[in-house]
Amino acid sequence: MGDVIKAEGLTKVFNGFTAVDHITFRVREGEIFGFLGPNGAGKTTTIHMLTTVLKPTGGRAEVCGYDVVREPEKVRRSIGVVPQEYTADEDLTGYENVMLCADLYGLPKEEARKRALELLSLVQLEPFKDKRVETYSGGMRRRLELACGLINRPKVLFLDEPTLGLDVQTRTSIWRYILYLRETFGMTIFLTTHYLEEADHLCDRIAIIDHGKIVGEGSPSELKDSLGGDLLTLECEGEGVEEVLGEMDGVREVKKEGTEYRIKVNKGESVAPLLLKALGERGLTVKRLSLTKPTLNEVYLEKTGRSFRDQEERPEENLRQRITLWRARR
Amino acid sequence: MESQEMKGRPLQGFLALTHRELKKWYKEPLLLLITILQPLIWMIFLGKAMNLEAVFGGGLPPDLAKQLMLRSFGTTDYFSFMAMGMIAVTCLFTTMFTGFSIIWDRRLGFLNKVLSTPVSRASVVFAKVFYATLRSSFQVLIILAAAFALGLQTGPGFHPLYLLGVFLVTFMVCVTFSSLFLMLALRSTRWETPMAMVNLLVMPLMFASNVFFPLELMPGWLKTVASFNPLSYTNDALRQFTIYELDPNALLKDLTYLGLFCLFVSSLSIYLAKKYLSR
Repeated sequence: MGDVIKAEGLTKVFNGFTAVDHITFRVREGEIFGFLGPNGAGKTTTIHMLTTVLKPTGGRAEVCGYDVVREPEKVRRSIGVVPQEYTADEDLTGYENVMLCADLYGLPKEEARKRALELLSLVQLEPFKDKRVETYSGGMRRRLELACGLINRPKVLFLDEPTLGLDVQTRTSIWRYILYLRETFGMTIFLTTHYLEEADHLCDRIAIIDHGKIVGEGSPSELKDSLGGDLLTLECEGEGVEEVLGEMDGVREVKKEGTEYRIKVNKGESVAPLLLKALGERGLTVKRLSLTKPTLNEVYLEKTGRSFRDQEERPEENLRQRITLWRARR
Repeated sequence: MESQEMKGRPLQGFLALTHRELKKWYKEPLLLLITILQPLIWMIFLGKAMNLEAVFGGGLPPDLAKQLMLRSFGTTDYFSFMAMGMIAVTCLFTTMFTGFSIIWDRRLGFLNKVLSTPVSRASVVFAKVFYATLRSSFQVLIILAAAFALGLQTGPGFHPLYLLGVFLVTFMVCVTFSSLFLMLALRSTRWETPMAMVNLLVMPLMFASNVFFPLELMPGWLKTVASFNPLSYTNDALRQFTIYELDPNALLKDLTYLGLFCLFVSSLSIYLAKKYLSR
């Protein structure tokens, strides 16, 4: 078990605009690592550097032990890339598209045919393989892109905004495929997303990226725990509530607002039942008790001082994203 | 070595990318039809409309008129002169769009995907060049067929095998111009600028050459300009193979100039592709 991706001080400057600003991170073998940030934060630019499409302005990066600048050829052979855009050729069929990708990797025809059919059935596109991509829905296109990205049996799979513009149901199904891939092939997956739930649901570890800088890193629960725990909101009648709270383990902070107590605790789900029990023993009636887990949104707010929203983007990327959204909705 | 056995056939990626482009063309009946019609319209309307025989020989005794035509155009039939000129013009107009498809590939993200695969940068560029060349060659075939049907007067000593020479020249001129037009679009994310540049280039390229007139009839300065224009050598070579009495020395000069020009432009486009496709 080693680090599959290593980036040190990776930087990209476009005409004076620093898109990625000295980022350093490592991705371990077999994990799903997510880059979370709003549009324009530098996620796609990072993926482009790691996949040898863009040359870094500074710093260095290694993928599967190969330097992205000095050994791009070897990097390209060991990775699979599923870009944010729908890159499949609309005029070709699903099968033809996968075969085109196979040719780009120089796979022998027989082997390519075998793998293409395997992958198409993996993403459940087998019945539609001879239909032109034009007729595919957004979810089908995304699955086709997945199949294309897997044709060379990559050690690392890069997914750029894998569910951009998809409806909730389709998004959940794409998540299932991603988790299935990791389980089946033990693949390392690097993904970018601007959906908080996606990062939370899929990723083993997350780096929060903001204005080209990494502002926080860790597993989703670590990040959330770092905020200082969960929030219990208690409405309770009678005297001595403060006293009970003061004696409880795991309570970090109590604020009284009207008849409500807002209590910061370390592990909400284990404190809550104990609290109910203790209050009950004192003969106090609990009218309402709710538990709020911090979400990545709060983490983001804490790390950047801003709520999660879009940042200035390069026009080129903006256009591409609009095209993707337009196609996803068809 | 793992990377060795993964390499596959070196041309595989190139052929796959070329095939992708070709499929778009032959799967679309309207596009195919236009490809066939375009050179025919050019040749029939322009070739038959510009009746320079009447201009040059009008009112003169037929023998004298013929002499005059032969001296100025190298053939007595202006249509034949013009028809062979249309080969190069068609190639020019078909190849001028080569660059735009790379802009689309960039915009749609396809280019980035291809660049992240092991396929070489040269293949990415050359698939487009080769596609334009194949399309043009197909059009040249149509032009030749139509020209013969409409009464092309071949030169003395013409041999059907010379037509292979026509395709050799077509290949060289198409590779030259599609590489050139592709270079203009390599870094572009929008099509407006390369479009304007192509428009700026195409007309002078066409008129400062011997497509319509022999160089000898041009004013001195234009003759100088035209004598650097690869299209002039293209046209001369094409006519040497078809309507002139083949002059080996002239032909060799044409082919050498065109060959060197082609080699230079295509190498430059590969060099620039390696440098600029990924920024």
